[in-house]
Amino acid sequence: MFVAEKNALSEEIESYVNKYGNDRSALLMILHEIQNKRRHISEFAQQEVARLLNIHPVEVYSVISFFAFLNSNPKGRNLVRICQTISCDMKGKSTLIKAIERELGIKVGETTRDNKFTVEYANCLGLCDVGPAMAINDRVYTNLTPEEAVELLGKVK
Amino acid sequence: METIKKKRTGPVIFSGYKRGDAIRKALSMNREDILFELKDSKLKGRGGAGFPTSTKWMLTAATKADKKFLVCNADEGEPGTFKDRVLLMEFPELVFDGMVVGGYTIGAQAGIVYLRGEYEYLLKPLQDYLEEMRKDNLLGKNILGKEGFDFDIGIFLGSGAYVCGEETALIESLEGHRGEPRNRPPYPINTGYLGRPTSVNNVETLAAVSHIVMKGRSWFAKFGSDKSTGSKLFSVSGDCEKPGVYELPWGIKISELLKIVEAKNTKAVQIGGASGHCIPKSQFNRALAYEDIPTGGSVMIFNEIRDMLRVLKNFMEFFVDESCGQCTPCRIGNMKLLEGVEMIEKGEYTFAHINKLKDLGKTIQRASKCGLGQSSPNPFISILENFNDEIFNRPNGGRNGK
Repeated sequence: MFVAEKNALSEEIESYVNKYGNDRSALLMILHEIQNKRRHISEFAQQEVARLLNIHPVEVYSVISFFAFLNSNPKGRNLVRICQTISCDMKGKSTLIKAIERELGIKVGETTRDNKFTVEYANCLGLCDVGPAMAINDRVYTNLTPEEAVELLGKVK
Repeated sequence: METIKKKRTGPVIFSGYKRGDAIRKALSMNREDILFELKDSKLKGRGGAGFPTSTKWMLTAATKADKKFLVCNADEGEPGTFKDRVLLMEFPELVFDGMVVGGYTIGAQAGIVYLRGEYEYLLKPLQDYLEEMRKDNLLGKNILGKEGFDFDIGIFLGSGAYVCGEETALIESLEGHRGEPRNRPPYPINTGYLGRPTSVNNVETLAAVSHIVMKGRSWFAKFGSDKSTGSKLFSVSGDCEKPGVYELPWGIKISELLKIVEAKNTKAVQIGGASGHCIPKSQFNRALAYEDIPTGGSVMIFNEIRDMLRVLKNFMEFFVDESCGQCTPCRIGNMKLLEGVEMIEKGEYTFAHINKLKDLGKTIQRASKCGLGQSSPNPFISILENFNDEIFNRPNGGRNGK
C-alpha cells in the first residue's frame, strides 16, 4: 500500500470515528462503513480502527471474523449472494446457482478473474414468499429464473 | 412507500391506524395504567418465546438507573420468517409508535432498532420516516409537549448473524463485540445495553402495543383464545398457491391455514422456522396457539414430492453455519447431527448410531447456553420421528442400514 493511500484510508476512518464516536459501541457502525466503501477491511484499516477506539487490533479482527458480512480479505467489486435456505431451495435455487456458475465460470465462494464478481451463499434473505432470491450488493431480486439472474449480472457494471 | 400501504386488512395488526395516535393517547395516561392495560390484554412476545410483554416492561420500569433502553429486535433471521420485513416496510408507524409508548412506559430515553443486515434496503426509508416523526415532535425532546419526556430512535444495522436475534447476543453486538450470547441471569431488564436496563421486543409485539393502547385490552383479548390473545402474523412459504404474510387469529388449525393459502397435496408443515417442529399430515388438526403449538409465525409447507431428508439436511447445514461456536454442545453437536444426516443420505448408517444422535440432540437442547442450541435439534428429532418410514426406506438405504 502506498503512503498516500494509507493516509487517505486513515482520514476516512477518522471521519467515521468523528461521526459515530470513539466508544467501543461504535465499532460495528465504523466497520460497516469501511466494508461498504472498500468491500473489505484490510489489516491496516483494522489497526487504525483499533488505535482510534483505543482497543487491541485483535479485538477488531475477532469481530470481523464473527460476522458474515464483514471480511478482511478483498472480494470482487460486486458481491452476489444467493439464498440457500429451504424455501428458496424448493423454488429452484440449485438451477439458479448452476446457471450463474456456468456464466461466470466460477464456483460459489470464488471471485471472477477480472475481480468483478464474488458469488456467495446467504442464509435466508427473508424473502421466502418470493423465492428464489438473490442479492447483488445491497439490492435484492426475487422470483428469479436462471435466465433473469444471468441477465441481471450482465447489467452490473 | 405510500402506494403499497393499506392494501392489507386484518382483525388486529392490519386494522386501521393513524400515525401518532397511540403516542398521544399514551401520554395522557399514567405509566401504571398502560402496564395494566397490557397485562390484562395478555400480550405475549411475538418473537417466538412468548414472554408476557407487560412483565418485561414492569420489571424494566421498576429497575432504577440513570439511563434505560428499548430495543426493537428486527433481526429476523429464522428461515421462513418475513413478517417483520412487511411490518417495517408497510406499517412503520405501528412499530415506531409502539417504541415511543414503550419508552414512555419503562422510562427509557433511547430506542434502538436492530435491523438485520439483509434488510439494508429498508434503512434509508426508515431513517426518512424517523426524520418525519421528529418534525412532528413524535420524537425528540418534550414529545408532544409532555414536559420531561425525551425519546429518540436510532437504527443499528446488523452484519449477518442469525444468533444476534437472541437478545443478549444482540446486545453484545450493539456494544461492538462478537455476537455471542451471555449467561442469563442477569437478564437485560436490569443489565442490558451498556449495563443499563434494556427491554428487547419483537417488531410485531411493538406493533400490537400501539393497537392495544388505542383500542383497549378487552378489544384485543376478544381475538384468539384464552391464553393466546390477539392475532398473529404468519409468514407462509413453500408449496402453496398464495405464499405471503397473513394475519390470522391465534388458535387456527393447520388444516384451515392450508386451505386459506391454497396448499394442495401437503405432506408436512414446518412450524416455527428451522428451529421449530415438523408436523406430519396426521396432526394437521392441531392448533397454532400457545396452548398447542407455539410459534413465531413461520409456516413452511412441503408437498408430496419433497424429500424430507433434504429438508432436514438444509436445516442442519443452516445451524452448523450459524452456531456462534461459543459453547461446545451446539458447536460440535450440530456438526455431528449433520454428519448423521449425510450418513443416512449415503446409506452408510446404523440404527444404533442414529439413536445415539437422537440422544445427543436432547443433550444439546439441555446443555446449550442460548436458544439456538436449545432448539436446533428440534428438526432432527421431529423429522426423523415423524417421517421414519420415508427416510429409512430410501432406495439406497434399506431398513437394515446396509
